[in-house]
Amino acid sequence: MVLSEFDKALLAGEEGPASQMAMRILHRMLPVFGVDRFMDVEAAHIDSTVYMGVATMEYAERLAELGAKVRVPATLNVSGVDEHGWQEWEVPEEVASNATRQMRAYEAMGCIPTWTCAPYQTDHAPSFGQQIAAGESNVIGYYNSVIGARTERYPDLLDICAAITARVPAAGLHLDEGRKGTVLLRLTNVPTALQEDDAFYPVLGHLIGRMAPDGIPVIEGMNVQPTNDQLKAVCAGGASSGAIALFHMVGVTPEAATTKDAFLGDEPPRVVEVGMDELRTSYQDLSTAQGERLDMVVLGSPHFSIDEFKALAPLVKGRRKADEVDFLVTCSRTVRMIADHVGLLEPIEAFGAKITVDTCPLTSPMLPERIKNLMTNSAKYAYYSPGLLGVDVIYGRLTDCVQSAIEGKVIREEGPWNAAGGR
Amino acid sequence: MQREDGDMRTLQGEVIIEGRAEGQILASTEPLSFWGGYDQHTGEIIDRRHPLSGENGSGRILVLPFTRGSSTTTAILLESVRRGVAPAGIITDRADVFLALASVVADEMYEGAFPMVAVDRDLFATLRTGESARILADGRIEVA
Repeated sequence: MVLSEFDKALLAGEEGPASQMAMRILHRMLPVFGVDRFMDVEAAHIDSTVYMGVATMEYAERLAELGAKVRVPATLNVSGVDEHGWQEWEVPEEVASNATRQMRAYEAMGCIPTWTCAPYQTDHAPSFGQQIAAGESNVIGYYNSVIGARTERYPDLLDICAAITARVPAAGLHLDEGRKGTVLLRLTNVPTALQEDDAFYPVLGHLIGRMAPDGIPVIEGMNVQPTNDQLKAVCAGGASSGAIALFHMVGVTPEAATTKDAFLGDEPPRVVEVGMDELRTSYQDLSTAQGERLDMVVLGSPHFSIDEFKALAPLVKGRRKADEVDFLVTCSRTVRMIADHVGLLEPIEAFGAKITVDTCPLTSPMLPERIKNLMTNSAKYAYYSPGLLGVDVIYGRLTDCVQSAIEGKVIREEGPWNAAGGR
Repeated sequence: MQREDGDMRTLQGEVIIEGRAEGQILASTEPLSFWGGYDQHTGEIIDRRHPLSGENGSGRILVLPFTRGSSTTTAILLESVRRGVAPAGIITDRADVFLALASVVADEMYEGAFPMVAVDRDLFATLRTGESARILADGRIEVA
């Protein structure tokens, strides 16, 4: 191992016991990353905030008690509770209390209390080429793919060690060679009308995660320029069904002006055609529920953006959801505040929707037992809800979710998925 | 590398986390996210899209190629160590940072490290649910 003087000082405890513990963990992990040295990072995003039980709390409190302070700006991912709104839900008091303790511990370390899984839609987003240490799989995907900042896939518990030491293993996606595409996915006969449809992007993400679960897929054949929210949906989908930490989209993402760029000048080692058959299968795979029954609509994984609130507000304005269907939007405190300030929340709350901040139903035990069938426009909610919440899911686009909530039963516009046959 | 000796065979793997463990194999060639995939209270595999759905990983030698998806896999595995329902040892087909970190932090917090070994893909594919396996400190795996 090639350790710097700084690394050695941390390991020796010269910078205090918290830095020593963080470096000891990083040091033991270095060979697992398959490299022999560390490098600097300029910022971090901490997913260790997610409260999973007493162990995650004890870990945070151990570091905080040892006097840990982050050496680089570190945004915070979601918590296990909506700190000021959990009482409206089924969250057990003990979970709320422990999760809040865990929140205090990360704040005490000097982190930025963003409490969101969409930190790239805050003022603290990194810029192209920056070396960072991020946890939370969709954030890793977004930073690498959409922004062109550089982070490995950091697990919870290690991201905070990186923020405390400002050091990470010099491995993988931090390096040029590690960012080279591994497979070309060529969209073939995918109609522009479908590419313009919001419903396309979570399905595409789910599909690339299935097709290249541990790879760096390069997607070719886009006819439109997706929005950042659409790309965020690809990241969340690909990081749920697979372990995608970086994808390139030719003509769209910053390291893929051309297909050749995405493969660093080499030929693609593998080319796979992706047509409507594959997309339809992926679309169907996102739903597990049969029939029309609907108990709840959940939007906002990753956390809803202001643009997404702008899309939702006119759809629900003057309407009212069915009494028997709950309607939840999850977002950050900041986005809720802005949405409220510019008048977007009023029609959404009048519709009967609730807003949860700081967390989401996947990371906070908040949903009542009676919820059995849950509808969402998010591939991540769709992927994880059956296992984590024991519910069945229906995937549909935003307008389907709203219409279904109004009518009290599942309604989906399937038209664009039936366009043009096979490839 | 694989050596056959009567009904027992020995595989040589690469030590990811050093240690010894034995138990019944629970194996899949599908990657798994522990978040949404492993019940930290019981050890049950709860990803309903995963082939091992409904099986229990507690005390087993868990054989998975790698972990997919969520960054929270490590936290779930740490919780399951604290509750005593973690796998006894894990075999992968590559060095998996998410699983290895759980063992490192479990050692740091609870003296609860579990061994991990990575084996070549060809050998990996020979491991079957229900077989007994013993992981040795030098990365050898005895399977019967």
